[in-house]
This record gives sequence, structure tokens and C-alpha cells, in this order.
Amino acid sequence: MPSPRLLPLLVFWAGSVQAQGLNYGVGRTPTDEEVRAWDIAISPTGEELPPGSGTVEEGEQVYLRTGCATCHGMAGTDGIGPELVRDGEREVAHPWEYGRILPIRSPYATTVWDYINRGMPLNQEGSLSADEVYALTAYLLHLNGVIGEDEVMDAETLPMVEMPNREAWAPLPDWQPGMPRLPGYPY
Amino acid sequence: MGSRHPDRRDFLKRGAALAGGLSLGAIEPAIGQTPPADQDVEEQNWSSPELIAYGERSVYETSVRVPHGSRPSPDAFGLVFHTATPLQDQVGIITPSALHFTNTTRGAIIPNIDPREHQFMIHGLVDRPLLFTMDDLKRLPSVSRLHFVECAGNRSRPDQTTVQETHGATSCAEWTGVLLSTLLNEAGVKDSGTWIVAEGVESVKGASSIPMAKAMDDCLVCYGMNGEAVRPQQGHPLRLIVPGFEGIFNVKWLRRIKVVDRYYMTYNDYGHLRREPHDAALTYQIGPKSVITYPSGGQQLPDRGFYEIRGLAWSGGGAVQRVEVSTDGGGSWMDAEIRGAAHPMAHTAFSFHWVWDGTETEIMSRCTDELGQVQPTRAEAATFWRPGAVYPGTPDEPLRVTGQDNSIQPWHVASDGSIRNAIA
Repeated sequence: MPSPRLLPLLVFWAGSVQAQGLNYGVGRTPTDEEVRAWDIAISPTGEELPPGSGTVEEGEQVYLRTGCATCHGMAGTDGIGPELVRDGEREVAHPWEYGRILPIRSPYATTVWDYINRGMPLNQEGSLSADEVYALTAYLLHLNGVIGEDEVMDAETLPMVEMPNREAWAPLPDWQPGMPRLPGYPY
Repeated sequence: MGSRHPDRRDFLKRGAALAGGLSLGAIEPAIGQTPPADQDVEEQNWSSPELIAYGERSVYETSVRVPHGSRPSPDAFGLVFHTATPLQDQVGIITPSALHFTNTTRGAIIPNIDPREHQFMIHGLVDRPLLFTMDDLKRLPSVSRLHFVECAGNRSRPDQTTVQETHGATSCAEWTGVLLSTLLNEAGVKDSGTWIVAEGVESVKGASSIPMAKAMDDCLVCYGMNGEAVRPQQGHPLRLIVPGFEGIFNVKWLRRIKVVDRYYMTYNDYGHLRREPHDAALTYQIGPKSVITYPSGGQQLPDRGFYEIRGLAWSGGGAVQRVEVSTDGGGSWMDAEIRGAAHPMAHTAFSFHWVWDGTETEIMSRCTDELGQVQPTRAEAATFWRPGAVYPGTPDEPLRVTGQDNSIQPWHVASDGSIRNAIA
């Protein structure tokens, strides 16, 4: 608690911040619907995930029906587009050796969901329903050996998926103004 | 020419004699002296309504961007990925908007956005979510600042020839807009708001997580670029500039900023995911960097003698403080002249007077920024994290620079005056 003698000063300080920060009065408040329509960001713990669900089997059907196979191959490999399945023939010791397929090295399954939702299919981005995105995520995570055949993806289960790289990744530096790239590194 | 003007040689001789003893102002054509003939010039009609309205460069100026990186642009799907700016032709520190490099996360189709329809939203952990039209944004206090944008993949390779290929994924423009801090203060960031997610409106809705400390420090929400509206390839009508951070953070076609309480690990963020903390840190804020643009790879020195070596230096850590040049392969270094102001997180021009004696050598430049960060040699950067390693490694395992490559670019000058990329 601040001392009572400082209280008037604090009140003055708070007032001046308000005067400086909130006084242009430019722009309007968006409606809740306007925010919802645009807000597709998904946190690693999935608070913003929409209702809906999808299974591995449904995902395979969506994959074929919505044309994913055209670019990515019949089962996520050997297409003209990026590979979606890690090399199953080669036992690799660590997710960092999987290569850049899906966001498979992401510590969070929400990254996979997010990218399909915002970025696919090419030229028809945003056309997939929430159920279809859950189903495709389930299918592709299963093809990569991350989840079992019978698992269902929804707003509850998706953030709980144990991604292979959940721990072995480096957080970014706690950036502050005037900071070098990396303390102790001269270059 | 000479035969058509028999008196010209005498005139020049007389001028030289005069210059020896008199001030330069004294050299004027003597009365009755025939001046050199005008050049034969073609005429072009510059009075079309289109060219009166919006000018073009000379038909003789042919400097252009080229596709860059391993993917073709346009590719089989008609998508444009990476193009590099012609640094070898650049004069001054401003990249013309039409030549500013372009990189895209996933080959987005460039949207055609009517600024009258465009809106920009700030929401999330704020006291008052806000929606701005472009007209709203232009009512607010504005700033204009010079900043470079550089792609994280701007990495010189031995098989590249020109400075456009080795370094062309950096450009510098004057950006005009509203400080993001002005807009965030207007919305009132809650104490729990420690990150923002900035997102574009293009087809793939590219989004990046940016720390609040950076968002509040110097990020700009820009509608202007080099004195006019931001170009579509650069994010028209609104682009976020995140000074000194890697290119991908500078979200184009900016539509939304969500204030959040943690790193969101979007698909763009995933590109920054690294296993080792030092690798992650070095793939974030751009390091001190410079390159000689004249003379540079693929160019030819016509003769021994005087050359003004010119180049650009920049750093994500702030203003360029010092640029040194070596003309003996890194054996000795001398201060270059910094030309004009060294703006924070902006291309900075430097020059160095050099008399080439006709012998084989290597020329290179080295940048030091205001934080004291120094541009490393390729060997220094590549071996720093690998004690005992010898650069350039083996053919099977060549050593590469960890993180964004800010290493010194050597140009080899052959005794015939030809110049090539000298990195191993």
C-alpha cells in the first residue's frame, strides 16, 4: 500500500495519464459481433477456439473432399505442395529432425489448427468450417503419430495434445529498448 | 568527337593551365570559342495526360528487382514469393518504392484494398476496443521516420554473384503514420497485456506476436511511404513497421492488433521457433550489418586509379556509429565517411576514397552500431558457437552463421578489374 501522503500524487499521476492517453476521441468502439468476426487468433491454451469437433476419419474425408490432396498428395505426401507427414521410414531421435512439415515442431497443437484455419486451402482461405478444421487437424496429427486413431479434436482436447516438441524449444529474449541482440554476444 | 572539334584539345589545355594559377571561377569559355556540341538527344512526348499526372523514370534507367531465393516468382500457382532490390544501382539511402524488396510468408495474393473501406481494430486486453477508418488514423498525431526492413533470409551464398543477390532483401524508406503507442494508449492497455498479435487482411491473414515493450517503444502504423501512400506490395493501405526487427514482423495490409497476455505461437511465429536460446535471440533483432555496393560482385573496374567505394550500413540495435573499410582482405581497416545522418534502424550511406593499384585484393566493410555491436567476419560468426571449429568447415558440413546472417561481405578484385563474391 502506498503511504497516505503519496496518495494525492498518485491520483494526479493517474489523471494525467488519462489526459494524455485517452483524449483524442478518434475511432469508435466495435460491436462484439465485429470483434468476433475478425478475431481468429488462437492462444496456446485455446481460449478462443470455436465450438465444433472432428475425428481422424472425418478428417480424411474432408482432406479428399476439399481438395487438399491436389497439392499435398493422397495422404499428405508426394504432392506438388509441401509435405504434411514426417518421414515414417526413418526413425528420428528428435522432433527437430522432422523437417518443416505442418507446424509439427510447434509445442502447441493450436498452431496447426490456426494455420489450417487462416491459411488453407490455397485461394479459398477461410472457407473451412470449424468442424472441418478440427477434423483435418485430427487427421494430420494422426498421420504424424501424434494422436491415436480414435481421438476427437475439439476446443477441450486440442490444447491438451502432447506435441512431440512440447518442451525442447527456446523462448525469445525478454526484449527491452536499447537491448543488444543477445547479451554477451559481441556481434 | 575530337576531329569535329579541333580546337577542343587546346581549350582543355588552356583550362588546365588556368586552373593551375587561378581560381576555378576563371575557367569560362573565351569569347568566340566554340562550345562542345550538344549531345544528340531523342525526344519523347512527356505531355500525355498520364505522364503529366504521374511521372516515369527515363527509358534508359533499367534497374529492376529480380526474383530471389530458391523459389521462382511467380511460381506455378502465380504466387510471388521473394524479390530483391538492385542495391548495386542505388544512390542515397532511400529505396524507391517501386524497387523496395518484397518477401511474403506464403506467397500471398496481393490484395487490392480500397482505403475508404479499410478499417483497423485494436482489441483484446484493452479498456476500450477501437475501430479506426483510414481517415481516423490520419487525424491523429503523425511521425515520419526512415527505417530499413530486412528479411531474415538475407544471407549471402558463395554461388551468388551480385550484391542484389547477396544482400537485396533489405530496403529503406521514409515511413509515415501513427505511433502504435498513440493508438494503444488511446485504447488503454490493461496491465495483463504483455504481447500483441498483429494481423493482415490478405488471404492467409499473416499474424505475428510482438512484445508490448517493442509495440510501445517505436512501432509505427504506416499509411505513407516515401511521400505517398504505401504501395500494395508493401501493404497498402496500412502497414506495421517494427523498426530493427526481422522483416516478417512488419505486418502488411494491417487490419487488427489484439492485445494478449502471452506469446501466441501463430504460424508466422512458428518460423522463429528455435531449439537453442542463442539461435532464437539471433533470429529476432537484426544485427549490425553493412555491404559495399560499389564496386561489387559482377562489376568491372575499367582501370587502376581512383574509385569512391560506396555502401550501406544498418543495424536493428539503433543508429550506425562507425563504418570501416578494408581494401587488403581484412588485414587493415580504416574509417569510412558516414554520408549524411545516421538514423536509428535505417540504411546509412558510407564512402571511402580508394586508389586501386591494379593488384588482386579483397575489399569489405564493417559496421559498429550505437550499442557497440560489431559486424563479424563470416568465420567469427560461424565459429562463435562451435569452439574449436574451423571455418568454413567441410564440404559435407559447411559452417554457417547462426541466426540472421550479418557477416562481413568480401568482394574479390582480380588484377583484370573483375569483381566477384569472395565468401567461402
